[in-house]
Amino acid sequence: MNRKYLPLVATMVVFLALFAVGGMMYRNFLSTLVLGHILADNAFIIIAAIGATFVILSGGIDLSIGSMIGFIGVCMAVLDRAGWHPLAAAAVLLCFGILFGAMQGFVIDFCDIQPFIVTLAGLFLLRGASFMVTLDSIPIRHEFVEAFATTRIPLPGRGFLTSSAIVMLASLAVAVFIAHFTRFGVNVYALGGDRESARLMGVPIRRTTVSIYALAGFYSALAGVIYALYTSSGYPLAGTSSELTAIAAVVLGGTLLTGGVGMVAGTLFGGMILGLISTLIIFHGSLNSAWIMIASGMLLFAFIVMHRFLVSSFDLRGNA
Amino acid sequence: MADRVETRPLVMAMRLRNHRAIWPLLALIVILIVDGIISPGFFNIRIVEGRLFGNLIDIFYRAVPTALVALGMAVVIGTRGIDLSVGSIIAISGAVIAWRIHEGDPHFVILLLSLGAAILCGMWNGLLVAGLGIQPIIATLILMVSGRGVGLLINLLYGGTDPSFESALLQGLSTGHVWLIPTRLILAALIFVALWLLIRHTALGLFIEAVGGNAAAAQLAGVNARLITFVAYAVCGLCAGWAGVILTADTHTSDPVSVALYIELDAILAVVIGGGSLAGGRIYLGMTVIGALVIQALTTSILISGLPPEYNLVVKAVVVLFVLLLQSDDARNALARPFRRAVR
Repeated sequence: MNRKYLPLVATMVVFLALFAVGGMMYRNFLSTLVLGHILADNAFIIIAAIGATFVILSGGIDLSIGSMIGFIGVCMAVLDRAGWHPLAAAAVLLCFGILFGAMQGFVIDFCDIQPFIVTLAGLFLLRGASFMVTLDSIPIRHEFVEAFATTRIPLPGRGFLTSSAIVMLASLAVAVFIAHFTRFGVNVYALGGDRESARLMGVPIRRTTVSIYALAGFYSALAGVIYALYTSSGYPLAGTSSELTAIAAVVLGGTLLTGGVGMVAGTLFGGMILGLISTLIIFHGSLNSAWIMIASGMLLFAFIVMHRFLVSSFDLRGNA
Repeated sequence: MADRVETRPLVMAMRLRNHRAIWPLLALIVILIVDGIISPGFFNIRIVEGRLFGNLIDIFYRAVPTALVALGMAVVIGTRGIDLSVGSIIAISGAVIAWRIHEGDPHFVILLLSLGAAILCGMWNGLLVAGLGIQPIIATLILMVSGRGVGLLINLLYGGTDPSFESALLQGLSTGHVWLIPTRLILAALIFVALWLLIRHTALGLFIEAVGGNAAAAQLAGVNARLITFVAYAVCGLCAGWAGVILTADTHTSDPVSVALYIELDAILAVVIGGGSLAGGRIYLGMTVIGALVIQALTTSILISGLPPEYNLVVKAVVVLFVLLLQSDDARNALARPFRRAVR
């Protein structure tokens, strides 16, 4: 088997194993109903994580995801109150996401400031902007939200795919296409593998960097739209620290934070694993958020150590 | 001769412009001047209830936790690492204090236990980074994700219903004062001096910067790169632990979920504003403190300017970006280009 697929397979095995553990512990756990709910509940985080995967593949990082989700949410709610159709608002806000991401990418490349710091400023800027828009939680009352929530495709068994899960799977398909079947995707891997070699081979560094962050901006804005529609409200604190969840999902999905190694499809399973952990703990009946945090951390630890010994390429690109 | 006399101020100005300290210091001074204009009594310092009182003192006072964490962060960033878990370490050290006080330990022992817990956390990070060779950002992400959960569990050890406490010793260290000066300022200054001596007057600083510059080369040159990296994370844990003692004693309670939220970001910002590069190899302790002061001065000035507090984050983001743009040579040249042409 191609060594490239090893991390992806490992992630899928962990997911299936966790799912099987749930099935052994609880009746009715092994069903498409539970699966559908995990997909629906984590759709927004997985969408954001897909965007983050591109950034991380290129060797960068995007911390502005959570604030973007919050900001898009309050804007959706305020525009709804002003009488906009949610789809029109979403279209405008997605354009905003692309522009904001492109701006971050431009600052990173043009001023040669670390992505960590630039997107950190983006985090502060967008969170502050959502506080300036409103400090309250605003409901979105348009009938489209109702229609969005009730549209679903039945799965075999009792389960169903909600519309947010459908959007998520569709955007995953687009992302897989971009990453593996376009010149841009190849450039992203080249940039993450070795920036200097990529430049010498004629990869347009600036255009690629700007496009990567624009793409990430689009995906986190889409995550914000889905989150707003899913919760049918806008709240300025929404999505706090979900950038870390997204990064954790990317890491669990087998992508290396050093860049250049990983697959977009893995992120889906990474996000699903995180969702599965909270579902398992909720099934257990002790609704203790402490255990969710600790379990996620422990799994992250186990997974990273496993990777460390599974993937030999880590040795080449580790600390030194 | 006359020529040289004429150009000397220009040369000095050029040298000053290229000195790394100038931009953050300038930012701090500009912020303070703006404060002085908005609020006329800004620079007043008076004595109330036997201690110094005033906006300037307040900026120092509130900047202490961030500055402490940032000092530890500067050391870790010097090794080309990063520590995202400092907020969690603060939560854990605070939870240990509340727990042991409920168990009735002597308070001096509790202080040591809490700092010990923080060092242990730092050593765990060091073990992952130096021992297992995991990337710092992911290695510390593990403790960042789970650390606040650990704090909550420690609170549950005694029921967790009432994590508040009273302790003359700990509160004295945090909010007390000695001869007019707040104790936490004196202690922070002592820690700074100790760290400075350690970094600049022993070989440790040189070793850390060597490891950060090129770990493989340092190893070949006979520096034990793993050990040095490990020590750096332990030092960072200790600094965060001390900040945790101050913050926990200040609020008289342990609140693992929300204590010191985003402090890791502020601390990293302070290091970067102070001219440190995330690419490692450099430690600027004094500049890091100035970076922390810039952040706190900004927060304080937004409060006294009467702007709604929700503007805080936006102004912070804009100022931070501006300072960083000024530090970047490319951006400065691009900004200066139109003016230069006009002069020609």
